Amino acid sequence: MASIDVENVGKIYTGGVRAVSDIRLNIADGEFIVLVGPSGCGKSTLLRMIAGLETISEGQVKIGPRVVNDVEPADRDIAMVFQNYALYPHMTVKQNLEYGLKNRRTPKAEIEARVTEAARMLEIGQYLERKPKALSGGQRQRVAMGRAIVRKPAVFLFDEPLSNLDAKLRVSMRGEIKRLQRRLGTTSIYVTHDQLEAMTLADRLVVLNGGRIEQVGSPLDVYHTPASTFVASFIGSPAMNLVKGELHGDKLAIGPSVIDLNGYAPTSGAVTVGLRAEDLRLASEGEEALPFRVDYTEELGAQRLVHGSLGDQSLTIALSAATELSQDMRIVIDPAKLHFFSAETGKRLAGGAIVGAISSAAQPVA
Amino acid sequence: MVENRPFLNFLTHLVLILGVATVVFPVYLAFIASTRGPADFMTGVVPLTPGDQTWANYGALLGAGSTEAGAPPFLLMLGNSLIMALLVAFGKIAISILSAFAVVYFRFPGRVIAFWIIFMTLMLPIEVRILPTYKVIADLGMLNSFSGLVIPVIASATATFLFRQFFLTIPEETMEAARVDGAGPLKFFWDILLPLSRTNIAALFIIMFIFGWNQYLWPMLITTEPHYYTVVMGIKRLAAVLDGDTQWNLVMAGVILAALPPVLVIIFMQRLFVKGLVETEK
Repeated sequence: MASIDVENVGKIYTGGVRAVSDIRLNIADGEFIVLVGPSGCGKSTLLRMIAGLETISEGQVKIGPRVVNDVEPADRDIAMVFQNYALYPHMTVKQNLEYGLKNRRTPKAEIEARVTEAARMLEIGQYLERKPKALSGGQRQRVAMGRAIVRKPAVFLFDEPLSNLDAKLRVSMRGEIKRLQRRLGTTSIYVTHDQLEAMTLADRLVVLNGGRIEQVGSPLDVYHTPASTFVASFIGSPAMNLVKGELHGDKLAIGPSVIDLNGYAPTSGAVTVGLRAEDLRLASEGEEALPFRVDYTEELGAQRLVHGSLGDQSLTIALSAATELSQDMRIVIDPAKLHFFSAETGKRLAGGAIVGAISSAAQPVA
Repeated sequence: MVENRPFLNFLTHLVLILGVATVVFPVYLAFIASTRGPADFMTGVVPLTPGDQTWANYGALLGAGSTEAGAPPFLLMLGNSLIMALLVAFGKIAISILSAFAVVYFRFPGRVIAFWIIFMTLMLPIEVRILPTYKVIADLGMLNSFSGLVIPVIASATATFLFRQFFLTIPEETMEAARVDGAGPLKFFWDILLPLSRTNIAALFIIMFIFGWNQYLWPMLITTEPHYYTVVMGIKRLAAVLDGDTQWNLVMAGVILAALPPVLVIIFMQRLFVKGLVETEK
């Protein structure tokens, strides 16, 4: 068990390409951290620097009290689970599990005990004598996790471990990873591009973009108070609607429509307004509302996503499956649920009651 | 292609049989010649049935060699060829797999240049560099020795290239997983790369063994003592008789003997080869 401190870490590849810059992150012992971002945001590079598979160009990484910049991966007390499992194809499942322990000269009885325990935990006991080729994707993934577990490392590193699985299996394995991590209490860093995976697994989310941290916080903090338009559009499904608007005193103008903010206006002038699809609802008779023109709908069963436009800006709303649809509808949103971002920088604008109410633990990074 | 028509069946078999006959007939003739007396093939009518001289011919050749042609006993030459072919095959595999390992898995200055230089020597046939090589070997005093026979042909650009291509197909994560698992470079090579390369090694062994066995020009140049003759050279010795008639029966017996080991290697190794293909997975 160990904490991890990432101090001003940066990565510049030979040739001068910068992949990661100035990452500062303190991970507590036993915490489950998810690094999430679009492809090319540097999340895997950061993970691989912590693992020791990439050299650290700037700053330092500490695992526990020890600076590990120049320590071999094998001596960092970490275990890693790879996206393509990276099992040794010519070894049986058992040999795969044992390999890391054998290299560390663990006593035979100890190896036996740990392999048996891991196999029981992951329910792969009956496959121990099989080769990886004879296993399904989900079973291989379990073996890959078993290989990490038997080592009893201070830190688990997951590099998109579920990306190669089908959707249903992904959901069940997600649950299993979470349960295992809780049970073992091992500090974990998990890389994914799937925001749903990130939301469900993380104690804390780290949203990365262009090699920099956009926001660090608990999943709900990040969801409710995204620090920038990037985070707002990345976290949550469907993505948050971002529309251009203008604040005049306590009124918000979106295109030709104007709504009253009841004191939630953080500033004045041009802003980007964020509206969650599920916060929008149909207006009742006589209510002040925004005109919404429907383009097409997506049926999800429990709810339906209605895509359309508000003036000349596109917008998606989530409605219950029972709602009657028509070509032109009128929609409203509680002003307290609006998100305001700077029109120039995309950063969240302070002000509005909701920010103070929920964001106690969020750490927007400047 | 899955139609069942008797005529098509007949036609495909006819073509196959003709093809096989074309290839096998000369070999058959060589075998027949090796079972008959020295004069039988000089009469103008080529006999097609085995004669009664089989044991005499082969016995003479293996034991005493051909005194008339000045060739040493074939048993000795077969032994020399076997030693050379085995050393060449194992040497080539050992050297090329190690150099491919270095080129693929290590970052060192000149890595790309090293690879391209190796790769370029693929294009140079042995004959091109044979004179300078001879000079070097002669100056080192390695004429008439096994080291002189083997070392100049022991490096293989082809095998290095094949191993490199194979290593590149192994996912990088496998190496990284081994690193995290505490395997150093040599342990990774020994525990993971080598077992995964089994099939390639078997295939290359076949090719390289036959290459070594069939070496002709190089052994001719550097061995002057009959003690180091290889069997392929021996045939040449048998056939090139200055005075008197060539003993074709002995020449053909020599040909059959020289052709046998590569055939055995293929038959035996092919089973390993297929087994490797079935069992190994990437």
